[in-house]
Amino acid sequence: MAYIYILPIETGSTYWMEPLEKSIQRAFGYPIKKISRDISLEKAFDIKRSQYNSSQILLQIIHDPPKDAAKVLGIVNTDLFIPILTFVFGEAQLKGPGSLVSLHRLNNKFYGLPENGALLTERLIKESIHELGHNFGLVHCHDPKCVMRSSTYVEDIDSKSHDLCQRCRNTFIHEKRKA
Amino acid sequence: MKPSDIAILIVDDEASIRNALTQWFEMDGYRVSSAEDANSALMKLQNGPWDIVMLDIKMPGIDGLELQRRIKKIDKDIITIIMTAFASVDTSIQGLKEGAFDYIVKPVDPDDMSHLIRNAVEQRRLYYENLKLKQHIEGFSLSDEINGESPAMKKVIEKIAEVSQTESTVIIKGENGTGKELIARAIHSNSNRRYFPMVTLNCGTYSEGLLESELFGHEKGAFPGALYRRQGRLEMADKGTLFLDEIGQIGEKMQKDLLRLIETRCFTRLGGDREIDVNFRIICATTHDLESAVQAGTFRKDLYYRLNVVTINVPPLRERKLDIPAIARAFIKRFAQAMNKNVIDITNDTLDHLLAYDWPGNVRELRNVIERAMVIAKGNLIELTDLSFFFPSAQTPADDSILSLEEVEKNHIQKVLELTHGNIVQAAGILKVSRLTLYNKIKKYKLKTFKGDMEA
Repeated sequence: MAYIYILPIETGSTYWMEPLEKSIQRAFGYPIKKISRDISLEKAFDIKRSQYNSSQILLQIIHDPPKDAAKVLGIVNTDLFIPILTFVFGEAQLKGPGSLVSLHRLNNKFYGLPENGALLTERLIKESIHELGHNFGLVHCHDPKCVMRSSTYVEDIDSKSHDLCQRCRNTFIHEKRKA
Repeated sequence: MKPSDIAILIVDDEASIRNALTQWFEMDGYRVSSAEDANSALMKLQNGPWDIVMLDIKMPGIDGLELQRRIKKIDKDIITIIMTAFASVDTSIQGLKEGAFDYIVKPVDPDDMSHLIRNAVEQRRLYYENLKLKQHIEGFSLSDEINGESPAMKKVIEKIAEVSQTESTVIIKGENGTGKELIARAIHSNSNRRYFPMVTLNCGTYSEGLLESELFGHEKGAFPGALYRRQGRLEMADKGTLFLDEIGQIGEKMQKDLLRLIETRCFTRLGGDREIDVNFRIICATTHDLESAVQAGTFRKDLYYRLNVVTINVPPLRERKLDIPAIARAFIKRFAQAMNKNVIDITNDTLDHLLAYDWPGNVRELRNVIERAMVIAKGNLIELTDLSFFFPSAQTPADDSILSLEEVEKNHIQKVLELTHGNIVQAAGILKVSRLTLYNKIKKYKLKTFKGDMEA
């Protein structure tokens, strides 16, 4: 049996873990396992940008994954970037083995607003399903409510749901059968 | 246009930039490829069609600006977006001047990047749409009124396609209403002259003097009333087509002038002395039998031969009844749109009536009939009753059975009595009979007088 592994990396509190597990399982139908591994965030730190290179963290996450892993999802609490962009909420390889999501810019605290655990969990669920969706072969969707809609602002994340639209769901089923 | 229809090429010497952008655009569903320098980018550009090229301005070897110049030589319509690591305004402006769509300074905000690509894709979509429309215009096209399933009309259409590509003078022969002008227009709009005007002159509607002035124009004071210089139709048709309708009706002098015009391709305005060169093609139409006119000596033989390079005989509608359903449906479609009515078709028995008729007024008459029927039509089909103005005998009989005169009289008196609530004086007044006569009629027909009793 294949599992989706969730790997929290120096995130501190993990109160969001249970709803996240349930939502991911509901979205993709895979059972969830938690995993703990040594991932060096320091290696990914870019001193000029004071941000963490998300691709470098992702490379460590997907290195030598468990044998029964369908996908591995890493969760960090640092500000992520890819070289061409000022920041990213997360990163995934299309049809790849793993993905990464950061809590940093999902947290109200980043925008100078009071912390809201429920909202942070909701955003984390959406972004995790979104990135795992890419791992399962889904591209960005134009449906405003679909979780696969591209989000460049945190408000974009709030306006979409955590569900796949029917078209993306069909693509997911098709891709899963192919795999 | 789907995202997968758009091909993006990323040119950057930094692998991390190439990978990040490739991944970013792949997530949006675009087709993406990358090159590490200008040379491999140019190789890729030779091999396939690309829509957008994102290129780094600073690369070893050929730099981004030079690469852009070379790309534009291969395909000037490719969208190029310049990427620079430093906010070097000068080089970016230079890039824009040389045809770049936009530029970005690395790193870029994800939202700005999304907008930039969305705009570039939209520009590309418009480019493809424009290309398609141009191809459509440049392809052979006919008005829906020139509808031809019948062999006779197919021959006409073949001839239109044939002569469109030539510069030959054409005579279109056919009865009134067969669509001679439409055919002239089809020849013009499929010819190389299509971007210039087609000017029509109906020779039958002008006196000789007026026709001359209409065709050649006149200088100020050329004749009493010529207060201003006026351009003739011929000048208006420069580089285009001159359509002379009813050519058989022009007089002797005009025939001579026209012959000279065709031979020299230049003319002078009435009252003028300057020769004006014009580049035109003549298409003319006639309902007359020009050969007989030539034999009778009323039409110049030399002009006839000059004009009669290609002849298109448009068959009357009665000789191509096969086309009637398609033509009728084309009109229905057009009028439904113009009148905003939901009429979509015509019933079979109505079509049978249209097919049985001889259409002396040809397509024009059919068009008018359909237009009137469309005004009347209530449902989404044209029924025979909608054509009662045209086929009165074909009206469906009314539901009421034919009554005798006595029955009609009885019913009418009863109706008036009902209206007057049994008031005999009023009813007799309306019916313009005496009260006694009315009483007698009531008695005869045993009518109800609305007083609770039957008058005996």
